[in-house]
Amino acid sequence: MIAVQHVSKHYGRHTALDDVTFHVKKGEILAFLGPNGAGKTTTMRILTCFLPQSEGSVMIAGFDCLDQPMDVKRHLGYLPEIPPLYPELTVDEYLTFVGRLKRLTPQRLASRRSCVIDQTGLGHVHHRVIGHLSKGYRQRVGLAQALIHDPPVLILDEPTVGLDPKQIIEIRELIKSLAGSHTIILSTHILPEAMATCDRVVIIHEGRIVAEDAPNRLSSRLRQSEKMSLTVKHPQPDWLERLGMLPGVLDVLPTSTSNTCTVDCELGQDLREKLSQFVVSQGYGLLELKPLSLSLEEVFLQLTRQEEDAGSGESGHPDSSEQPPA
Amino acid sequence: MTPFQTIFAKELRCFFVSPVLYVVGAVFLFISGLIAHLMTVNAGQQAVRFLQVQNTYAQLNLNELVFRSLFYSLDFVLMFLLPILTMRLFAEERKLHTFELLLTSPIGINELISAKYMSVLVIYLGLLSLTSLTPIILSLYASFHWHPILTGYVALAFQGGLFLACGLLASATTENQVVAAFLSFGMILLIWLLGELGSLLGDTTIGTILSYLSFSEHYDRLVRGLLEAKDIAYYLSGIVLTLFIAHRVVDSHRWS
Repeated sequence: MIAVQHVSKHYGRHTALDDVTFHVKKGEILAFLGPNGAGKTTTMRILTCFLPQSEGSVMIAGFDCLDQPMDVKRHLGYLPEIPPLYPELTVDEYLTFVGRLKRLTPQRLASRRSCVIDQTGLGHVHHRVIGHLSKGYRQRVGLAQALIHDPPVLILDEPTVGLDPKQIIEIRELIKSLAGSHTIILSTHILPEAMATCDRVVIIHEGRIVAEDAPNRLSSRLRQSEKMSLTVKHPQPDWLERLGMLPGVLDVLPTSTSNTCTVDCELGQDLREKLSQFVVSQGYGLLELKPLSLSLEEVFLQLTRQEEDAGSGESGHPDSSEQPPA
Repeated sequence: MTPFQTIFAKELRCFFVSPVLYVVGAVFLFISGLIAHLMTVNAGQQAVRFLQVQNTYAQLNLNELVFRSLFYSLDFVLMFLLPILTMRLFAEERKLHTFELLLTSPIGINELISAKYMSVLVIYLGLLSLTSLTPIILSLYASFHWHPILTGYVALAFQGGLFLACGLLASATTENQVVAAFLSFGMILLIWLLGELGSLLGDTTIGTILSYLSFSEHYDRLVRGLLEAKDIAYYLSGIVLTLFIAHRVVDSHRWS
């Protein structure tokens, strides 16, 4: 549905995007993840034909962004980072305006308008002036605007920014419910959001794609050891050293609380049974033992760190998307 | 509805819900009414003086005494007021980030610019038509020639059209409305000064060219009642050229 091939974007001498390639299948939700200034918005703008790319090609729903921009624009809904709203119009007037811009027929416009008002939960504010709405509602109006012509492709730039936790969950549910019938790309710098909503994550850093995979596989791929958190009731002065001498244990790291530590074990070994037996036999009083999985935050930091190390260490490009853990 | 009609209707609505139109309209109508009043009183005083000196009723030329000066003053007023009407056209879209919505919708920049231009032109022509009360009321009490008044209105319509195109161009270059207003005022002033420079240089080639480029001599001829194709062509080509540059400016935002 979306095919981005070797796309680069230069602003004068500054390179905002460098040889970006990815594909999104029909009905998939793809998260575009990266720190601020990584090139997320630039990519979104290229996908929506707002900016032309310097090199490479972008195909959306079978149309080329440079050659057939009108066809592309008809097939996509776009929610920019700041929702494009006219504060002096009411929600109804605004959605009518956007629907007409997207060339909906009057009958279809009326039915679509009430449909997106229901979907985005704008039912009791639809006659109010947008300038008087709260930030959360404005964000929803922005989302309603992107959905009004029922486009097969949705591009959402940070759709949950500025919302309260309840609204964030609602919007995520809405986005998930749209998957299948719509192909969605959403950008975010909030990692749990990508975990919660997306089938696949593309991590972008300094204009380059550094990883692309399902969220859970990304974390397992980068794991270098099995980590476990261990909490005991009666820690003794030398308990950390004695734990460290157990076979299979690589390292024992103290944490901020004196009775909890993180145990690093060899990859592929489940030491939970041995650890619990040892703790019980020493009379430490086992309170908790749980495996830790690498959070997306850590994955992200690791990837961007690898990228920087590779950049400073050698002159060549690291093979971005398939880079094994160092 | 076509995209042109959609944007046109939305622009008109935005004009009517914002205070700018009402302020500009009130100032414009008040000043034009005041000038017309002063000119008429002045003409009356001249008639009285004529009666005292010559002891006969004089045939005063109202076209010259009232309307010509009215048209010249209104030209000056428009120079200041129209940039305020046009300043928000594109600057506001960029400020509100709705520019992205417009450019990612299936509409062309041509439609966008022509719809915005037509909306502000319609607003201006509406205001202008309200000033026609002056000749209509005067015609009840005095007699004058209608022909120069009609060409005077044609002149005002085209002059305003040119100013509005300059304002739209200025608005497309910035996201700050105040900057847009000053920029268009500066552009209009510059075109006007070209004419002054031209008349200073007199009958030389450069002088003639500069005078032609300025609107002064074209406006002059129309106000004096001369309806000539070359003046209409000047205004139309000026408007089209300015809007074309605005088109390039809007398009260039995508490349910067």
